[in-house]
Amino acid sequence: MAYLDHAATTPMLPEAIEAMAAEMAHTGNPSSLHAAGRRARRIVEESRERLAEAFSARPSEIVFTSGGTESNNLAVKGLFWAARDSEPQRTRVLVGAAEHHAVLDPADWLQDHEGATVELLAVDELGRVDPRTVAEAVAKDPSSVALISLMWANNEVGTVQPLGEIVALAHKHGIPVHSDAVQAAGQLPVDFAASGLDAMTVTGHKLGGPFGVGALVLGRGLNPLPILHGGGQERDVRSGTLDAPAVLAFSVAAQVAASDRVQRAERISRLRDRLVREVQDAVPDAWLNGDPDPGGRLPGNAHFSFPGCQGDALLMLLDAAGVECSTGSACTAGVAQPSHVLLAMGADVERARGSLRFSLGHTSTDAEVDALVRALQPAVGRARRAGLVVRSG
Amino acid sequence: MRVVAAVSGGVDSAVAAARLVDAGHDVTAVHLALSAHPQSHRTGARGCCTLEDARDARRAADVLGIPFYVWDLAERFREDVVEDFVAEYAAGRTPNPCLRCNEKIKFSAVLDRALALGFDAIGTGHYARIVQGADGPELHRAVDPAKDQSYVLGVLTAQQLAGALFPLGDTPKDEVRREAERRGLAVAQKPDSHDICFIPDGDTAGFLRRRLGDDPGVVVDQAGAVLGAHEGTFAYTVGQRRGLHLGVPAADGRPRYVLEISPVDRTVTVGPREALAVGRAEGVRPRWCSSPPRGTVRCVAQVRAHGTAVPATARLDGERLHVVFETPVEGLAAGQAMVLYDGDRVMGSATVEHTSAVGA
Repeated sequence: MAYLDHAATTPMLPEAIEAMAAEMAHTGNPSSLHAAGRRARRIVEESRERLAEAFSARPSEIVFTSGGTESNNLAVKGLFWAARDSEPQRTRVLVGAAEHHAVLDPADWLQDHEGATVELLAVDELGRVDPRTVAEAVAKDPSSVALISLMWANNEVGTVQPLGEIVALAHKHGIPVHSDAVQAAGQLPVDFAASGLDAMTVTGHKLGGPFGVGALVLGRGLNPLPILHGGGQERDVRSGTLDAPAVLAFSVAAQVAASDRVQRAERISRLRDRLVREVQDAVPDAWLNGDPDPGGRLPGNAHFSFPGCQGDALLMLLDAAGVECSTGSACTAGVAQPSHVLLAMGADVERARGSLRFSLGHTSTDAEVDALVRALQPAVGRARRAGLVVRSG
Repeated sequence: MRVVAAVSGGVDSAVAAARLVDAGHDVTAVHLALSAHPQSHRTGARGCCTLEDARDARRAADVLGIPFYVWDLAERFREDVVEDFVAEYAAGRTPNPCLRCNEKIKFSAVLDRALALGFDAIGTGHYARIVQGADGPELHRAVDPAKDQSYVLGVLTAQQLAGALFPLGDTPKDEVRREAERRGLAVAQKPDSHDICFIPDGDTAGFLRRRLGDDPGVVVDQAGAVLGAHEGTFAYTVGQRRGLHLGVPAADGRPRYVLEISPVDRTVTVGPREALAVGRAEGVRPRWCSSPPRGTVRCVAQVRAHGTAVPATARLDGERLHVVFETPVEGLAAGQAMVLYDGDRVMGSATVEHTSAVGA
């Protein structure tokens, strides 16, 4: 088996599994006042400190959530509502055209239900937003922008965004900036303080932690309106009993990922470069999507379009050969839609449909890359023949 | 063999897939997405085509431990089945979209794609049997006459049959349900699907009116006397008795039936039941499950999915099939398929173009 889908989820780190299993044996609601509750609260607060250190944030800036989707919803909706409540003219929401659906869909929802105007920030052919694009969009009417949301690195093609410049220009106009750093965390140096961001999404299961836990790293001056109302946990921004074992395991994984990051990223990046080379040797017309400069993309990401193939046919054939990868972000009904990321990058529908993502992580090996390279050529041949049948039929 | 099991989310295709696995095949489950905008949940008595059905299908595949994929055939289905259905009604004919789907989608687009991807065959939950004859695979009726679906497969050619597997053909339906129960398939008690999958509310006339718009005309008797008005000929089918909304009762007080639909002059002709009796029919677009018949052959003809079959003789003249029914068939409309059988064996089919009344 070759698991080349770490961007979907990466195996839990042994340290995180051990910490989680041990903590599950304990009783105690972190909100309770008695000894068991105090003990659980200590675990949660130590976890908060550990995460803060891993992302160069303050402990009070960590708001635990159920994961990336919830953090993105809280940031986009909550910060929009907060901005509009204090300054009613702030109704524009600027989001990257290649954002994950967990950002795009809340933004669309605000437009449909809350009177927001959503403007998509165009990306270039590598998937990158030019800071001048943001400057122009803001300059149209700076005082009407409620929020800018732009991912740290793209989940499909791995392109890293020039966040620094964009944050600087947004702050000149008092506009808060949120970034979905789900894919970047653990792979790139993610320094919340240095980034200047106002809010940042991270999640456990993409960096070796468990499913179902994540955080919104939230600058102290920001008070997004909550989506979940209740017991007032997490700065009154996110109510709900905290899952102490998951929170602990998330923090341990983030800590291990941060401390090993440089060596691991180097190793994964070398492996990825070999994968790209050998895929292009095996299928000479395979088209590498995203930034060809390794410095401009996630170290574990390789993303190709295979002309004449349908991505889902190729995925099925590789799966049958024991190679697990993805056509992009998973979709619920299982019907492959052409990737909005590739379309935003100017790809035609055929190139968008014919694409596959191979993503590496901490358990990736040379043998897995070998297995892909062995299986790819026959799979592409078959998928091409099937593509011809479908078109001529 | 490497086999694609087409799984709809219903009990039949789930048990069919299970039997293919038991037979030692390397099975991959494929659910066909036939609608670009599927409904979330089942309504009425349908058993496919909603997101809930896709989940049921995937759940069954997971229980069987086989891979599950969704193939998006929505565009092909729209072009080849839905648009054809609308065009046929607009032309005054009565199409059967299930036959069309088997001919153009399941055993064409899907089978071709499967073969190109390295599979050897496609297996479905249809109730029919494939019997290896002297000249290759033959299509036969299922053993359960109440469930027999050989009629809707009568459009398959020998080449298509060579790539098809129907594991349920020798089993009665209630046994299939018991088997699903025994295998722990959650769809065991799911109701059978009926009607047309792309018309979820079952209102065919309403669907056609939305697609074709009102096209008012008159209802006349056989002598041409105007009896009433209608909103569009597409709301009528030859043999229909109910919903004619005629103000004037028949002179003899007997019920009247739709005899003929003419979209060109927007006229619906009605008359007594005996005028529905068809003695002969001419069909076009013949499809043969094995070699085409030579000369005049005796056979049994079936003209609707759950209709009785009648003795007949058939003669192929080029691409036209002439059928004489020994027992007249009632209300045979242009667009319907006539499927010819030799005993239990399906010979082939043709689409009715023209009918002649008994004695005409």
